[in-house]
Amino acid sequence: MGELLVKNKELVVPGQQVAKGMDNLPGKGTYRNGDFIIASKLGLISVDGRAIKIISMSGRYLPKAGDTIIGKVVDITMSGWRVEINSAYTSMLTLKDASSDFIARNADLTKYFALGDYLVAKIVNVTSQKLIDVTTKGPGLRKLPRGRIVKVNCNKVPRIIGKQGSMVTMIKDATGCRITVGQNGLIWLEGEPEKEILAVNTIKMIESQSHVPGLTDKIKVFLEKSTKTKLSNGTKVVKGE
Amino acid sequence: MGYSKRYDGRKFDELRPIEAKAGVIKNADGSAFFKIGKTVAYAAVYGPRELYPRFLQNPKTGILRCNYNMMPFSGMGDRVRPGPSRRSKEISMVTQKALNPVINLEEWPNAVVDVFIELTQTDAGSRCAGICAASIALADAGIPMKDLVAAVSVGLVDDKVVVDLDYKEEAYEGGPVADIPFAYIPSLGQFSLLQMDGEISKENLFKALEKAKVISENLIEIQRNALKEKYSLDGDSK
Repeated sequence: MGELLVKNKELVVPGQQVAKGMDNLPGKGTYRNGDFIIASKLGLISVDGRAIKIISMSGRYLPKAGDTIIGKVVDITMSGWRVEINSAYTSMLTLKDASSDFIARNADLTKYFALGDYLVAKIVNVTSQKLIDVTTKGPGLRKLPRGRIVKVNCNKVPRIIGKQGSMVTMIKDATGCRITVGQNGLIWLEGEPEKEILAVNTIKMIESQSHVPGLTDKIKVFLEKSTKTKLSNGTKVVKGE
Repeated sequence: MGYSKRYDGRKFDELRPIEAKAGVIKNADGSAFFKIGKTVAYAAVYGPRELYPRFLQNPKTGILRCNYNMMPFSGMGDRVRPGPSRRSKEISMVTQKALNPVINLEEWPNAVVDVFIELTQTDAGSRCAGICAASIALADAGIPMKDLVAAVSVGLVDDKVVVDLDYKEEAYEGGPVADIPFAYIPSLGQFSLLQMDGEISKENLFKALEKAKVISENLIEIQRNALKEKYSLDGDSK
Protein backbone atom coordinates (compact mmCIF):
# COMPACT_ATOMS: atom_id res chain seq x y z
CA MET A 1 0.00 0.00 0.00
CA GLY A 2 1.32 3.38 -0.88
CA GLU A 3 0.90 6.31 1.39
CA LEU A 4 1.97 9.91 1.53
CA LEU A 5 4.18 10.75 4.48
CA VAL A 6 3.66 14.49 4.16
CA LYS A 7 0.71 16.72 3.37
CA ASN A 8 0.17 18.26 -0.04
CA LYS A 9 1.79 21.73 -0.24
CA GLU A 10 3.99 20.97 2.76
CA LEU A 11 7.57 22.20 2.86
CA VAL A 12 10.14 19.44 2.49
CA VAL A 13 13.93 19.44 2.63
CA PRO A 14 16.43 17.25 0.75
CA GLY A 15 16.60 13.72 2.12
CA GLN A 16 13.14 13.81 3.61
CA GLN A 17 10.89 10.82 2.93
CA VAL A 18 7.84 11.95 1.03
CA ALA A 19 5.92 8.78 0.24
CA LYS A 20 6.10 5.07 0.89
CA GLY A 21 5.19 2.24 -1.45
CA MET A 22 5.07 1.82 -5.19
CA ASP A 23 1.73 3.55 -5.81
CA ASN A 24 3.29 6.95 -6.32
CA LEU A 25 5.77 8.08 -8.94
CA PRO A 26 8.75 10.29 -8.28
CA GLY A 27 8.49 13.53 -10.28
CA LYS A 28 10.67 16.60 -10.52
CA GLY A 29 12.79 17.19 -7.42
CA THR A 30 12.31 13.71 -5.99
CA TYR A 31 13.90 10.30 -6.40
CA ARG A 32 13.12 6.74 -5.46
CA ASN A 33 15.18 4.84 -2.95
CA GLY A 34 13.77 1.33 -2.51
CA ASP A 35 10.31 1.62 -1.07
CA PHE A 36 10.49 5.37 -0.47
CA ILE A 37 10.18 8.51 -2.53
CA ILE A 38 12.62 11.05 -1.20
CA ALA A 39 12.88 14.79 -1.74
CA SER A 40 16.01 16.00 -3.47
CA LYS A 41 15.23 19.69 -3.32
CA LEU A 42 13.96 22.23 -0.91
CA GLY A 43 10.40 23.17 -1.80
CA LEU A 44 6.69 22.52 -1.57
CA ILE A 45 5.21 19.12 -2.27
CA SER A 46 2.74 18.98 -5.09
CA VAL A 47 0.77 15.80 -5.69
CA ASP A 48 -0.54 15.48 -9.21
CA GLY A 49 -2.41 12.22 -9.58
CA ARG A 50 0.15 9.55 -8.83
CA ALA A 51 3.14 11.72 -9.49
CA ILE A 52 4.78 13.65 -6.71
CA LYS A 53 6.88 16.66 -7.53
CA ILE A 54 8.49 19.53 -5.71
CA ILE A 55 7.89 23.18 -6.43
CA SER A 56 11.26 24.80 -5.90
CA MET A 57 11.55 27.91 -3.76
CA SER A 58 15.12 28.80 -4.54
CA GLY A 59 17.77 28.17 -7.14
CA ARG A 60 19.14 29.82 -10.24
CA TYR A 61 17.23 30.08 -13.48
CA LEU A 62 17.57 27.01 -15.68
CA PRO A 63 16.96 28.05 -19.30
CA LYS A 64 14.12 26.30 -21.09
CA ALA A 65 13.08 26.55 -24.74
CA GLY A 66 10.00 28.71 -25.18
CA ASP A 67 10.60 30.93 -22.15
CA THR A 68 10.33 34.68 -22.60
CA ILE A 69 13.20 36.30 -20.80
CA ILE A 70 14.92 39.62 -20.30
CA GLY A 71 18.59 39.71 -21.14
CA LYS A 72 21.48 42.11 -21.43
CA VAL A 73 23.85 42.36 -24.37
CA VAL A 74 27.36 41.65 -23.09
CA ASP A 75 29.31 41.02 -26.28
CA ILE A 76 29.08 41.41 -30.03
CA THR A 77 30.53 38.77 -32.31
CA MET A 78 30.77 38.16 -36.04
CA SER A 79 27.44 36.41 -36.15
CA GLY A 80 25.42 38.18 -33.51
CA TRP A 81 25.16 39.19 -29.89
CA ARG A 82 25.96 37.41 -26.67
CA VAL A 83 23.18 37.96 -24.15
CA GLU A 84 23.45 37.54 -20.42
CA ILE A 85 20.26 36.00 -19.03
CA ASN A 86 20.69 35.79 -15.24
CA SER A 87 21.67 32.13 -15.37
CA ALA A 88 24.88 30.09 -15.28
CA TYR A 89 25.04 30.37 -19.06
CA THR A 90 24.91 33.15 -21.61
CA SER A 91 22.82 32.95 -24.72
CA MET A 92 23.45 33.76 -28.36
CA LEU A 93 21.30 36.04 -30.46
CA THR A 94 22.19 35.43 -34.08
CA LEU A 95 21.65 37.95 -36.89
CA LYS A 96 18.99 35.75 -38.38
CA ASP A 97 17.02 35.67 -35.14
CA ALA A 98 17.54 39.33 -34.31
CA SER A 99 15.74 41.15 -37.04
CA SER A 100 13.93 40.54 -40.27
CA ASP A 101 15.92 43.38 -41.88
CA PHE A 102 18.72 42.57 -44.25
CA ILE A 103 21.96 43.07 -42.35
CA ALA A 104 25.02 43.51 -44.56
CA ARG A 105 28.13 41.50 -43.91
CA ASN A 106 30.14 44.27 -42.31
CA ALA A 107 27.28 46.33 -40.89
CA ASP A 108 27.60 48.04 -37.55
CA LEU A 109 25.71 45.69 -35.26
CA THR A 110 25.44 48.25 -32.46
CA LYS A 111 22.75 49.95 -34.57
CA TYR A 112 20.47 47.09 -33.63
CA PHE A 113 21.68 46.19 -30.16
CA ALA A 114 24.58 47.91 -28.43
CA LEU A 115 26.58 46.64 -25.51
CA GLY A 116 24.60 47.00 -22.31
CA ASP A 117 21.20 47.08 -23.98
CA TYR A 118 18.43 45.16 -22.34
CA LEU A 119 16.03 43.19 -24.48
CA VAL A 120 13.01 40.96 -24.26
CA ALA A 121 13.81 37.72 -26.03
CA LYS A 122 12.47 34.26 -26.39
CA ILE A 123 14.56 31.13 -25.95
CA VAL A 124 14.47 29.17 -29.19
CA ASN A 125 16.64 26.24 -28.32
CA VAL A 126 18.69 24.84 -25.45
CA THR A 127 21.17 22.04 -26.08
CA SER A 128 22.27 19.40 -23.59
CA GLN A 129 25.43 21.41 -23.07
CA LYS A 130 23.35 24.52 -22.43
CA LEU A 131 24.17 26.38 -25.60
CA ILE A 132 21.25 28.75 -25.81
CA ASP A 133 19.76 30.49 -28.81
CA VAL A 134 17.36 33.37 -28.36
CA THR A 135 15.29 35.37 -30.77
CA THR A 136 13.87 38.88 -30.77
CA LYS A 137 11.55 38.21 -33.68
CA GLY A 138 8.01 37.83 -32.41
CA PRO A 139 5.20 39.70 -30.69
CA GLY A 140 6.39 41.65 -27.68
CA LEU A 141 10.05 40.80 -28.26
CA ARG A 142 12.14 43.94 -28.56
CA LYS A 143 14.85 46.17 -27.24
CA LEU A 144 14.12 47.93 -23.95
CA PRO A 145 15.27 51.53 -24.42
CA ARG A 146 14.06 53.10 -21.14
CA GLY A 147 12.64 52.06 -17.79
CA ARG A 148 14.17 50.08 -15.04
CA ILE A 149 15.10 46.49 -14.37
CA VAL A 150 14.29 44.66 -11.15
CA LYS A 151 15.82 41.32 -10.27
CA VAL A 152 13.75 38.78 -8.37
CA ASN A 153 14.02 35.12 -7.46
CA CYS A 154 13.05 33.32 -10.67
CA ASN A 155 11.07 30.73 -8.69
CA LYS A 156 8.66 33.47 -7.65
CA VAL A 157 7.90 34.61 -11.20
CA PRO A 158 4.70 32.54 -11.55
CA ARG A 159 3.40 34.22 -8.41
CA ILE A 160 4.24 37.70 -9.69
CA ILE A 161 2.41 36.99 -12.92
CA GLY A 162 -0.51 35.37 -11.12
CA LYS A 163 -3.25 33.21 -12.56
CA GLN A 164 -3.73 34.28 -16.19
CA GLY A 165 -1.63 37.32 -15.41
CA SER A 166 -4.02 38.59 -12.73
CA MET A 167 -1.34 39.86 -10.39
CA VAL A 168 0.79 41.70 -12.91
CA THR A 169 -2.29 43.14 -14.61
CA MET A 170 -3.40 44.50 -11.26
CA ILE A 171 -0.04 46.22 -10.75
CA LYS A 172 -0.18 47.62 -14.27
CA ASP A 173 -3.68 49.01 -13.69
CA ALA A 174 -2.88 50.50 -10.32
CA THR A 175 0.41 52.11 -11.25
CA GLY A 176 -0.05 52.77 -14.93
CA CYS A 177 3.39 51.28 -15.53
CA ARG A 178 4.28 49.11 -18.46
CA ILE A 179 5.67 45.89 -17.08
CA THR A 180 7.32 42.89 -18.70
CA VAL A 181 8.18 39.91 -16.55
CA GLY A 182 10.93 37.60 -17.77
CA GLN A 183 10.89 33.94 -16.77
CA ASN A 184 14.52 34.35 -15.71
CA GLY A 185 13.64 36.65 -12.84
CA LEU A 186 14.32 39.99 -14.51
CA ILE A 187 11.42 42.41 -14.66
CA TRP A 188 11.30 45.55 -16.76
CA LEU A 189 9.01 48.40 -15.92
CA GLU A 190 8.44 51.92 -17.09
CA GLY A 191 6.11 54.68 -15.95
CA GLU A 192 5.92 57.75 -13.74
CA PRO A 193 8.90 57.76 -11.37
CA GLU A 194 6.85 57.50 -8.15
CA LYS A 195 4.65 54.87 -9.70
CA GLU A 196 7.68 52.90 -10.76
CA ILE A 197 8.85 52.84 -7.18
CA LEU A 198 5.43 51.69 -6.01
CA ALA A 199 5.47 48.92 -8.60
CA VAL A 200 8.95 47.84 -7.52
CA ASN A 201 7.89 47.75 -3.89
CA THR A 202 4.82 45.74 -4.76
CA ILE A 203 6.91 43.24 -6.70
CA LYS A 204 9.34 42.91 -3.79
CA MET A 205 6.41 42.35 -1.48
CA ILE A 206 5.03 39.58 -3.66
CA GLU A 207 8.47 38.01 -3.83
CA SER A 208 8.90 37.90 -0.08
CA GLN A 209 5.37 36.68 0.64
CA SER A 210 4.88 34.42 -2.33
CA HIS A 211 3.66 31.47 -0.27
CA VAL A 212 1.00 33.38 1.67
CA PRO A 213 -2.50 32.27 0.67
CA GLY A 214 -4.83 35.01 -0.57
CA LEU A 215 -1.89 37.16 -1.59
CA THR A 216 -3.70 38.70 -4.55
CA ASP A 217 -6.29 40.28 -2.23
CA LYS A 218 -3.61 41.50 0.13
CA ILE A 219 -1.70 43.12 -2.71
CA LYS A 220 -4.92 44.68 -3.99
CA VAL A 221 -5.57 46.31 -0.63
CA PHE A 222 -1.97 47.51 -0.53
CA LEU A 223 -2.19 49.03 -3.99
CA GLU A 224 -5.55 50.66 -3.32
CA LYS A 225 -4.18 52.23 -0.17
CA SER A 226 -1.02 53.44 -1.90
CA THR A 227 -2.73 54.91 -4.94
CA LYS A 228 -5.92 55.95 -3.09
CA THR A 229 -8.05 54.54 -5.88
CA LYS A 230 -10.47 51.69 -6.10
CA LEU A 231 -9.39 48.85 -8.33
CA SER A 232 -12.00 47.10 -10.41
CA ASN A 233 -12.98 43.69 -9.19
CA GLY A 234 -11.48 40.73 -11.03
CA THR A 235 -9.25 42.70 -13.38
CA LYS A 236 -10.27 41.67 -16.85
CA VAL A 237 -8.68 44.50 -18.80
CA VAL A 238 -5.64 42.96 -20.39
CA LYS A 239 -3.50 45.54 -22.08
CA GLY A 240 -0.47 45.12 -24.28
CA GLU A 241 2.04 42.50 -23.32
CA MET B 1 41.72 6.42 36.82
CA GLY B 2 40.77 7.49 33.34
CA TYR B 3 38.56 10.24 32.02
CA SER B 4 35.54 9.94 34.30
CA LYS B 5 33.82 13.25 33.73
CA ARG B 6 33.96 15.57 30.74
CA TYR B 7 35.43 19.03 31.25
CA ASP B 8 32.20 20.79 30.40
CA GLY B 9 29.98 18.30 32.21
CA ARG B 10 28.44 16.77 29.13
CA LYS B 11 27.49 13.11 28.84
CA PHE B 12 29.98 11.07 26.83
CA ASP B 13 27.62 10.83 23.87
CA GLU B 14 26.19 14.31 24.12
CA LEU B 15 26.74 17.02 21.54
CA ARG B 16 27.56 20.58 22.48
CA PRO B 17 24.60 22.99 22.21
CA ILE B 18 23.82 23.61 18.55
CA GLU B 19 22.26 26.56 16.83
CA ALA B 20 21.54 26.55 13.12
CA LYS B 21 19.97 29.10 10.82
CA ALA B 22 19.43 29.26 7.09
CA GLY B 23 19.52 32.34 4.88
CA VAL B 24 21.76 34.60 6.94
CA ILE B 25 23.62 36.17 4.00
CA LYS B 26 21.19 37.98 1.73
CA ASN B 27 23.52 38.44 -1.22
CA ALA B 28 24.26 34.73 -1.55
CA ASP B 29 22.05 32.28 -3.41
CA GLY B 30 22.00 30.21 -0.23
CA SER B 31 23.58 30.58 3.16
CA ALA B 32 23.66 29.21 6.66
CA PHE B 33 24.97 29.74 10.15
CA PHE B 34 25.98 26.77 12.26
CA LYS B 35 27.17 27.00 15.82
CA ILE B 36 28.24 24.03 17.89
CA GLY B 37 29.52 24.93 21.34
CA LYS B 38 32.01 27.72 20.78
CA THR B 39 32.67 26.84 17.14
CA VAL B 40 30.85 29.13 14.74
CA ALA B 41 30.68 28.57 10.98
CA TYR B 42 29.06 30.60 8.22
CA ALA B 43 28.56 29.18 4.76
CA ALA B 44 27.55 31.04 1.62
CA VAL B 45 26.67 29.34 -1.66
CA TYR B 46 26.87 31.08 -5.02
CA GLY B 47 25.73 29.54 -8.25
CA PRO B 48 25.41 27.44 -10.28
CA ARG B 49 27.38 29.99 -12.27
CA GLU B 50 29.89 30.13 -15.12
CA LEU B 51 33.20 28.49 -14.37
CA TYR B 52 36.51 29.98 -15.38
CA PRO B 53 39.33 29.13 -16.07
CA ARG B 54 37.87 26.99 -18.75
CA PHE B 55 40.06 23.92 -18.19
CA LEU B 56 38.29 23.36 -14.88
CA GLN B 57 34.94 22.95 -16.61
CA ASN B 58 33.41 19.52 -16.81
CA PRO B 59 31.08 19.12 -19.80
CA LYS B 60 29.28 16.21 -18.13
CA THR B 61 28.28 17.91 -14.91
CA GLY B 62 28.61 21.02 -12.82
CA ILE B 63 31.24 20.96 -10.14
CA LEU B 64 31.36 21.88 -6.50
CA ARG B 65 34.09 24.13 -5.22
CA CYS B 66 34.58 24.65 -1.51
CA ASN B 67 36.65 27.16 0.35
CA TYR B 68 37.31 26.82 4.06
CA ASN B 69 38.73 29.77 5.90
CA MET B 70 39.43 30.57 9.53
CA MET B 71 39.27 34.25 10.35
CA PRO B 72 42.39 35.81 11.86
CA PHE B 73 40.73 36.35 15.24
CA SER B 74 38.95 32.99 15.34
CA GLY B 75 41.56 30.96 17.18
CA MET B 76 42.18 30.47 20.86
CA GLY B 77 44.18 33.64 21.40
CA ASP B 78 46.74 33.31 18.64
CA ARG B 79 46.19 35.20 15.43
CA VAL B 80 45.48 32.85 12.53
CA ARG B 81 47.55 34.00 9.60
CA PRO B 82 45.11 34.99 6.84
CA GLY B 83 45.19 33.43 3.41
CA PRO B 84 45.32 29.88 2.17
CA SER B 85 47.48 27.53 4.16
CA ARG B 86 48.34 23.86 3.84
CA ARG B 87 45.71 23.10 6.45
CA SER B 88 42.90 25.20 4.97
CA LYS B 89 43.55 23.82 1.50
CA GLU B 90 43.29 20.29 2.79
CA ILE B 91 40.07 21.03 4.66
CA SER B 92 38.58 22.74 1.61
CA MET B 93 39.31 19.59 -0.34
CA VAL B 94 37.86 17.15 2.19
CA THR B 95 34.78 19.37 2.56
CA GLN B 96 34.23 19.24 -1.17
CA LYS B 97 34.64 15.46 -1.12
CA ALA B 98 32.29 15.13 1.83
CA LEU B 99 29.52 17.04 0.07
CA ASN B 100 30.03 15.80 -3.47
CA PRO B 101 28.24 12.42 -3.08
CA VAL B 102 24.91 14.06 -2.25
CA ILE B 103 24.74 16.84 -4.79
CA ASN B 104 23.66 16.35 -8.36
CA LEU B 105 24.67 19.02 -10.86
CA GLU B 106 24.09 17.09 -14.06
CA GLU B 107 21.58 19.71 -15.13
CA TRP B 108 24.36 22.31 -14.98
CA PRO B 109 27.23 21.16 -17.22
CA ASN B 110 30.35 23.35 -17.26
CA ALA B 111 29.05 25.33 -14.30
CA VAL B 112 30.28 25.66 -10.75
CA VAL B 113 28.67 25.94 -7.35
CA ASP B 114 30.90 27.86 -4.98
CA VAL B 115 30.71 27.26 -1.25
CA PHE B 116 32.51 29.68 1.01
CA ILE B 117 32.90 28.62 4.62
CA GLU B 118 34.10 31.17 7.12
CA LEU B 119 34.81 30.42 10.75
CA THR B 120 34.48 33.35 13.07
CA GLN B 121 35.28 31.40 16.20
CA THR B 122 36.74 27.94 16.70
CA ASP B 123 36.93 25.45 19.51
CA ALA B 124 37.69 22.21 17.64
CA GLY B 125 35.37 20.53 15.18
CA SER B 126 35.55 23.40 12.73
CA ARG B 127 35.63 21.34 9.54
CA CYS B 128 32.52 19.48 10.73
CA ALA B 129 30.71 22.68 11.61
CA GLY B 130 31.70 23.94 8.18
CA ILE B 131 30.27 20.89 6.45
CA CYS B 132 26.99 21.16 8.38
CA ALA B 133 26.70 24.84 7.50
CA ALA B 134 27.52 24.11 3.87
CA SER B 135 24.93 21.34 3.74
CA ILE B 136 22.19 23.70 4.94
CA ALA B 137 23.38 26.47 2.63
CA LEU B 138 23.37 24.20 -0.42
CA ALA B 139 19.81 23.11 0.29
CA ASP B 140 18.85 26.75 0.83
CA ALA B 141 20.35 27.59 -2.57
CA GLY B 142 18.02 25.08 -4.20
CA ILE B 143 20.78 22.75 -5.33
CA PRO B 144 19.44 19.26 -6.07
CA MET B 145 20.80 16.95 -3.40
CA LYS B 146 20.02 13.41 -2.29
CA ASP B 147 20.28 14.18 1.38
CA LEU B 148 21.74 16.54 3.91
CA VAL B 149 25.14 15.75 5.33
CA ALA B 150 25.78 15.44 9.05
CA ALA B 151 29.27 16.04 10.33
CA VAL B 152 30.78 16.12 13.79
CA SER B 153 33.71 14.46 15.48
CA VAL B 154 33.80 11.34 17.59
CA GLY B 155 36.83 9.91 19.32
CA LEU B 156 38.58 8.65 22.33
CA VAL B 157 39.74 10.56 25.37
CA ASP B 158 41.86 8.31 27.57
CA ASP B 159 39.60 5.28 28.08
CA LYS B 160 36.29 6.77 27.01
CA VAL B 161 34.66 6.87 23.60
CA VAL B 162 33.23 10.36 23.31
CA VAL B 163 31.26 12.46 20.87
CA ASP B 164 32.03 16.00 19.69
CA LEU B 165 35.39 16.75 21.25
CA ASP B 166 36.21 20.32 22.14
CA TYR B 167 39.68 21.80 22.10
CA LYS B 168 40.44 20.99 25.73
CA GLU B 169 39.65 17.35 25.17
CA GLU B 170 41.73 17.18 22.02
CA ALA B 171 44.62 18.50 24.06
CA TYR B 172 44.10 15.99 26.91
CA GLU B 173 47.44 14.78 28.19
CA GLY B 174 46.57 12.05 30.68
CA GLY B 175 46.27 9.29 28.09
CA PRO B 176 45.64 8.43 24.46
CA VAL B 177 43.37 10.73 22.48
CA ALA B 178 41.76 10.11 19.12
CA ASP B 179 39.86 12.79 17.22
CA ILE B 180 37.83 11.42 14.33
CA PRO B 181 35.95 14.00 12.30
CA PHE B 182 33.38 12.34 10.07
CA ALA B 183 30.60 13.22 7.68
CA TYR B 184 27.71 10.83 7.30
CA ILE B 185 24.94 10.59 4.71
CA PRO B 186 22.02 8.85 6.43
CA SER B 187 19.93 7.88 3.41
CA LEU B 188 22.92 6.30 1.67
CA GLY B 189 24.33 4.89 4.91
CA GLN B 190 27.76 6.10 3.88
CA PHE B 191 30.56 8.04 5.45
CA SER B 192 31.85 10.73 3.13
CA LEU B 193 34.54 12.05 5.44
CA LEU B 194 36.63 10.05 7.87
CA GLN B 195 39.88 11.38 9.20
CA MET B 196 41.74 10.72 12.39
CA ASP B 197 44.25 12.39 14.56
CA GLY B 198 45.68 10.24 17.37
CA GLU B 199 45.37 6.57 18.08
CA ILE B 200 42.48 4.22 18.77
CA SER B 201 41.90 0.47 18.92
CA LYS B 202 39.83 -1.29 16.31
CA GLU B 203 37.04 -2.08 18.80
CA ASN B 204 36.82 1.49 20.00
CA LEU B 205 36.85 2.79 16.45
CA PHE B 206 33.81 0.71 15.56
CA LYS B 207 32.13 1.74 18.80
CA ALA B 208 32.79 5.39 17.96
CA LEU B 209 31.45 5.03 14.42
CA GLU B 210 28.27 3.40 15.69
CA LYS B 211 27.77 6.40 17.95
CA ALA B 212 28.50 8.61 14.97
CA LYS B 213 25.59 7.13 13.02
CA VAL B 214 23.21 7.66 15.93
CA ILE B 215 24.08 11.32 16.54
CA SER B 216 23.97 12.03 12.82
CA GLU B 217 20.20 11.68 13.03
CA ASN B 218 20.08 14.54 15.54
CA LEU B 219 22.26 16.72 13.38
CA ILE B 220 20.13 16.11 10.31
CA GLU B 221 17.04 16.99 12.31
CA ILE B 222 18.61 20.27 13.40
CA GLN B 223 19.56 21.09 9.81
CA ARG B 224 16.04 20.31 8.59
CA ASN B 225 14.49 22.50 11.24
CA ALA B 226 16.80 25.36 10.33
CA LEU B 227 15.63 25.18 6.72
CA LYS B 228 11.96 24.82 7.58
CA GLU B 229 12.17 27.68 10.01
CA LYS B 230 13.50 30.04 7.37
CA TYR B 231 10.69 29.36 4.96
CA SER B 232 7.89 29.37 7.52
CA LEU B 233 9.15 32.56 9.17
CA ASP B 234 8.96 34.40 5.86
CA GLY B 235 5.21 34.04 5.94
CA ASP B 236 4.66 35.42 9.43
CA SER B 237 6.91 38.43 9.15
CA LYS B 238 5.74 41.68 7.59
